[in-house]
Amino acid sequence: MLEVQDLHVQFHGVDHEAVRGISFTVEDGEILGLVGESGSGKTVTAMVISALLGADRAAIRGRIVLDGVDLLSAAGSTIHQVQGKDICVVFQEPMSAMDPVMRIGPQVEECLRLHTTLNKTERRARALQALRDVELPDAESLYQKYPHELSGGMLQRVMIAAAIVSGPKLLLADEPTTALDVTVQAQILALLKRLNRERGMSILFISHNLNVVRKLCRRVAVMEKGQIVETADTEAVFYRPQADYTKRLIAAIPARRKLHAG
Amino acid sequence: MRKMKQSRRMIFGGMILSGTMALLALLSAVWTPYSPTAMSGAEKFAPPSWAHWFGTDQFGRDIFSRVMCGMGTTFFIALGTVLIGALIGILIGAVTGYFGGWIDEALMRLNDALTAFPSILLALVFIALLGFGKYNVILALGVAFIPSYARVVRTEFARHREMTYVRSARLMGASHGRIMLRHILPNTTRVLLPALVIGFNNAVLAEAGMSYLGIGVKAPDVSLGYMLSESQGYMMTAPWYVLCTGAVIVLLILGVSLIGEGLQERRGQ
Amino acid sequence: MRYTAKKLAMMLLTMVIVSFLAFLAFQIIPGDPTVRLLGTDATAESVALLRAELGLDRPFFVRYAAWMQGALQGDFGRSYSYAMPVSELLAGKIGITALLTAVSFLLIVTISLPAGILLCVREHPRLDRAADAVNQLIMAIPPFFTGILMTLVFGLMLRWFVPGSFVSPSEDFWRSAAYLVFPALAIALPRIAMTVKMLRASVRGELTKDYVRTAYSRGNSRWQALCHHVLRNAVVPTVAFLAMTAADLVAGSVVIEQVFSVPGLGRLLLTSIANRDFPVVQAIVVILALWVVLVNGAADLLNQRLDPRLRLS
Repeated sequence: MLEVQDLHVQFHGVDHEAVRGISFTVEDGEILGLVGESGSGKTVTAMVISALLGADRAAIRGRIVLDGVDLLSAAGSTIHQVQGKDICVVFQEPMSAMDPVMRIGPQVEECLRLHTTLNKTERRARALQALRDVELPDAESLYQKYPHELSGGMLQRVMIAAAIVSGPKLLLADEPTTALDVTVQAQILALLKRLNRERGMSILFISHNLNVVRKLCRRVAVMEKGQIVETADTEAVFYRPQADYTKRLIAAIPARRKLHAG
Repeated sequence: MRKMKQSRRMIFGGMILSGTMALLALLSAVWTPYSPTAMSGAEKFAPPSWAHWFGTDQFGRDIFSRVMCGMGTTFFIALGTVLIGALIGILIGAVTGYFGGWIDEALMRLNDALTAFPSILLALVFIALLGFGKYNVILALGVAFIPSYARVVRTEFARHREMTYVRSARLMGASHGRIMLRHILPNTTRVLLPALVIGFNNAVLAEAGMSYLGIGVKAPDVSLGYMLSESQGYMMTAPWYVLCTGAVIVLLILGVSLIGEGLQERRGQ
Repeated sequence: MRYTAKKLAMMLLTMVIVSFLAFLAFQIIPGDPTVRLLGTDATAESVALLRAELGLDRPFFVRYAAWMQGALQGDFGRSYSYAMPVSELLAGKIGITALLTAVSFLLIVTISLPAGILLCVREHPRLDRAADAVNQLIMAIPPFFTGILMTLVFGLMLRWFVPGSFVSPSEDFWRSAAYLVFPALAIALPRIAMTVKMLRASVRGELTKDYVRTAYSRGNSRWQALCHHVLRNAVVPTVAFLAMTAADLVAGSVVIEQVFSVPGLGRLLLTSIANRDFPVVQAIVVILALWVVLVNGAADLLNQRLDPRLRLS
């Protein structure tokens, strides 16, 4: 469904590439994890796929094909169509990712307002449904609230609701649980898994945390310094890591078993 | 990168402008092309020429020389104002910001009340109290500007008071005075410096305004504001009087504000 | 509700402090108004008589209390110089200064907001730099110099108005307002520049925030992001700034009224200070302080409406 072919990204005024020729695919209805440390280029990749990083700031080469359409050579209007409709993003910090002076409801509806011709009542109904789908209680009263009235975990659910409300083909999640408490993390991951199953929505899940990726993703691509060093099924990566870097990453996880080994 | 160059250019440009003015001001203390008070009936209202760069006024006095002296007065007053306002303001702000408590509350209420008073009115009252003249203007404006410095410094000291480096200094037994002077104060210069620059400009404006109204500096001291009020009467016959005097004020303020802007941009880095 | 009550109490307290300080200041000022009125060779008895008449022989706090009592009922005493009730004296002049301030504020809002917003719609480094430079230049010109230049260019050279031919608003409102456009513009110009600068900085600051990135990710164009999100956020600090500006517009008018020979509160204040006409000065000071306090209070309320984070539920 989404195919990235030989993507190169070099920021203007910097003498090295941030992304040095990576290729991967996200199949229909699958959850792919993109793992790497900070500086590995995973976030840059996400920004390019979601068209948040463009030719004005970096030189971008390669192809990003979504259902047959190459996003990198598409016209500006196509990009605007794709953004918010076919590809939606969930960011790391829910607190700052929302407009503080706008109520929750209109923000959840925003993709519908921009990309569909539904009227107010219809949009509201869809938004309320999305809020319920992300397991938020009392959607009607939540609709009227402001972001600062909610906790981080609830806000992230709201962000997810806003991202799924227009039924996108691909959900791009950039470290969505990193800023949350551990207990909430697990809930969000379970939510994402459920949404993927029920809606057949693909997810590109970006993280530096292997444990989290392991719980959610069927396949994983490991990035180091702008390149993908390994792509495989998650279990395979964990039990039989091929690349040196992957081995180092896994070794760096504080394992529960190690504590017992003494 | 570009921002750095831009801010450096601004500071540089600003220093050239204000530096020139400062130079003229200083020079006026020892030498001016003509005596600022020498009148000459024959040369009334002469337009600018090589002999008289800014022309002459209604008494035949050389305007350029008078502008130099006026610039001297302006600098004198503005610097004096900033000195008084800043010194006392810093003192008050530091003490209230650092110690807090009811003194802080009380003084801040007073501060709020004083800011309800436009500073020019405060200065007016002072002048009415003390009479006209340079030193009184310095006192009046200096006191009128204390609240704004005090507020800025107080916010900074209150902010720094809670920071770890202050707490550790306390734990090591440093006295309050030492902490305030040698630790916190140097850290506030980044905020204080632009405030001083803005304060200087405000003082220049206030003094010019007051002298324009006739309640500031009086003869024989020369003031640019007063010259402007005189020149207003002769706008049609001698427009250079108004234009040259005003332009000089504008250039001074522009120069100083460029320095201030440049400093602000650097702070933003 | 408790918040509003607390705010009102603060405002009242500020007013009391200001009026007290003003009253105090005028006790210290040397220069007996009686001497002024009677002349320097008045006899001691006539001076004493006049003092008793004006109530100047009573102790300080008694006089303050009496003044306060009168003021709360709208009676500010009688002017020494003009021998008429202060409230009558001020009545017309308040209207003039109020009109001047209103026109200034109107000019500031109608020019700076659109200009500031338009300058942010596109990113044009050259345009931005030019705008910054123009801003700096305008802010460096003292309002009264602008005023003088305006009387020269528009008044004497172009004859769009005749300096000194001011008509009071009660006589001919529109002609009055037309005349006041020029002094209002002189006061407004540097403040317009400051507001534009503030607004642009505010918008630019908001554009770097995360929620704007979210807006783009949902498919908003720059213009849409501005309209739907950024402006509503950027306007909050700008409102506070405009309030500060409104409050100090009155101070600006003191000097400008002199430049354009407008008989408003500012000129009256100056002459009254010179004449030691305490009741008039006291009254004007209190009115000006009231204006500042009210404007700040209104700005607070407006801020609360605009930024939900400031509301206390």
